[in-house]
Amino acid sequence: MTLEPVMEVTVNDLKHLLSERAAEGDTLLLNMGPQHPSTHGVLRLLLELDGEIIVRCIPDIGFLHTGIEKNMEAKTYVKAEVMTDRLDYLNTTGNNLVYVMAIEKLVGLDVPARAEVIRVLIVELQRIASHLVWLGTHALDLAAMSVFFYCFREREKILDILEMCGGQRMMTTYFRPGGLWRDTPVEFESAVRDFLKVFPRRIDEYEALLTKNPIFIDRTKGIGIIPKDKALEWGLTGPTLRGSGIEYDIRRAFPYAGYENYEFDVATDDGCDVYARYTVRMQEMRESLKIVQQALDNMPMGPVNSANRKFVPPPRSELGHSMEAVIHHFKLWTEGFEAPKASVYMPVESPRGELGVYLEGDGGPKPYRVHFRTPSFTNLQAVPWLAEGHYVADLVAIIGSIDIVLGDTDR
Amino acid sequence: MNKPLEKIAADLNAEFGATYTEDRGEVSFVVPAERIVDFAAALKKKHKFEMLASQTAVDYWPALAPRYHIVYQFTSVSKKLRLEARVPLDGNDPEMPSLVDVFPNANWFERELFDMFGIRFSGHPDLRRILMPFDWEGHPLRKDYPLGYEEVQFSFNYEDIEVRKPRPKD
Repeated sequence: MTLEPVMEVTVNDLKHLLSERAAEGDTLLLNMGPQHPSTHGVLRLLLELDGEIIVRCIPDIGFLHTGIEKNMEAKTYVKAEVMTDRLDYLNTTGNNLVYVMAIEKLVGLDVPARAEVIRVLIVELQRIASHLVWLGTHALDLAAMSVFFYCFREREKILDILEMCGGQRMMTTYFRPGGLWRDTPVEFESAVRDFLKVFPRRIDEYEALLTKNPIFIDRTKGIGIIPKDKALEWGLTGPTLRGSGIEYDIRRAFPYAGYENYEFDVATDDGCDVYARYTVRMQEMRESLKIVQQALDNMPMGPVNSANRKFVPPPRSELGHSMEAVIHHFKLWTEGFEAPKASVYMPVESPRGELGVYLEGDGGPKPYRVHFRTPSFTNLQAVPWLAEGHYVADLVAIIGSIDIVLGDTDR
Repeated sequence: MNKPLEKIAADLNAEFGATYTEDRGEVSFVVPAERIVDFAAALKKKHKFEMLASQTAVDYWPALAPRYHIVYQFTSVSKKLRLEARVPLDGNDPEMPSLVDVFPNANWFERELFDMFGIRFSGHPDLRRILMPFDWEGHPLRKDYPLGYEEVQFSFNYEDIEVRKPRPKD
């Protein structure tokens, strides 16, 4: 057996993306990634450099493509849910939320009030956790190492709370169509209250380390400018869009899961640069805390699962004495429930932006088509024109500021 | 359907002959492939739908007319409205106009559709595979593309499957 060298896409194939100077050998082509720590995963960027200035930047994605959309077509609605955790691994419950809400919209299933409030609470905690990872790694990229350790300390507290509820730190699959896997444990409330007590001070600590830090400001102010109209045109969402001064938050614009009942501000900043996106995310963590506080204070009592036995399996305790429960249990776990021949699009605000799921049923127990419109995929498209004319070191700041997760990009 | 959206829908219906339905609170238009660029441009300029939120496709194989639906989601950030446009496409390897000139972020959406469904977009500046390796054969999200498990061989179909069984190159 001889090993044939497999040619990557040649420079000739990419000629239309490079500048004319590349053909004359005036500029240098450099690979950044896919194993570069500051690309936040397996992102490969082909850079055309003039000295240290970026002339062109060509992102190459797909290294983490796992065919989740195709695989979900072969599983029942509920069994496919575990795969959604693996998309954006920093926002696992958010992925669960958008998927189960799409199912609920498709089949017309109601969710009890308590389940809805717990969902919002958990998702907002997850948003804080995701922003903490972003803050830690972003600061680390810009050579502020200690922030990373502080952020991951607090993130661990949130993951403990998730573990308490779902039995897992990250891949919880805690939300199910029609409600939750189970109710929260007794120690949940005190754990969240403890977190609420310490966390505001911790945000102040992070801000003390970065907000007025001259090195951080030098590296972020005036870098990666996204003008307002361009931000909209390129479909940017989330803090990346709000950092350009556009007040668009799906939680506010198209409320879902009862977000209309919470008081919070949509954080925006008119700076349009990397620093503006930093301030927006810091502000968002404080706003998320407000939502968590309100959710915890107004937690209704009651069941956490819909009583519709055609979609939600009966509790274990019923199986011992009810034949009907056994039948429902058997039907739901062998065959699954059937969804009508229709399609829905369900968008939610993930920590990175608009996370939408297009779900189409064909009358059977398996989704006919699932498509995830992921924020990282769309936001990453802006990197080429953001990076042009900047130094390579600034590219690191730009990638950090749009907060990509490659599992989210490649699906 | 709320009032402003009703007006826009009536407008688009008159201008493009696009029929629309409302289902589960979502308004969905059916637009022929040759009108989609004008449709999107009118949405963006006239009706202030500034954002192409999502673009995807559905494969209805073995049906051939239409075999695919391209599904667009447009968002109006200023008016807080959403609407969907579906473009039916016939045949196994269809081609349709690209939306890149109106919404630049259609670039990667269309590359993904080319990669996953084999739909070609005319006027696209950079139609390459995006998620699969560049030398990959086939388009994975098509319904006639197998999931990759090993087919079970019985005596009656042993030969057939033996021929198409994937095996490493020698």
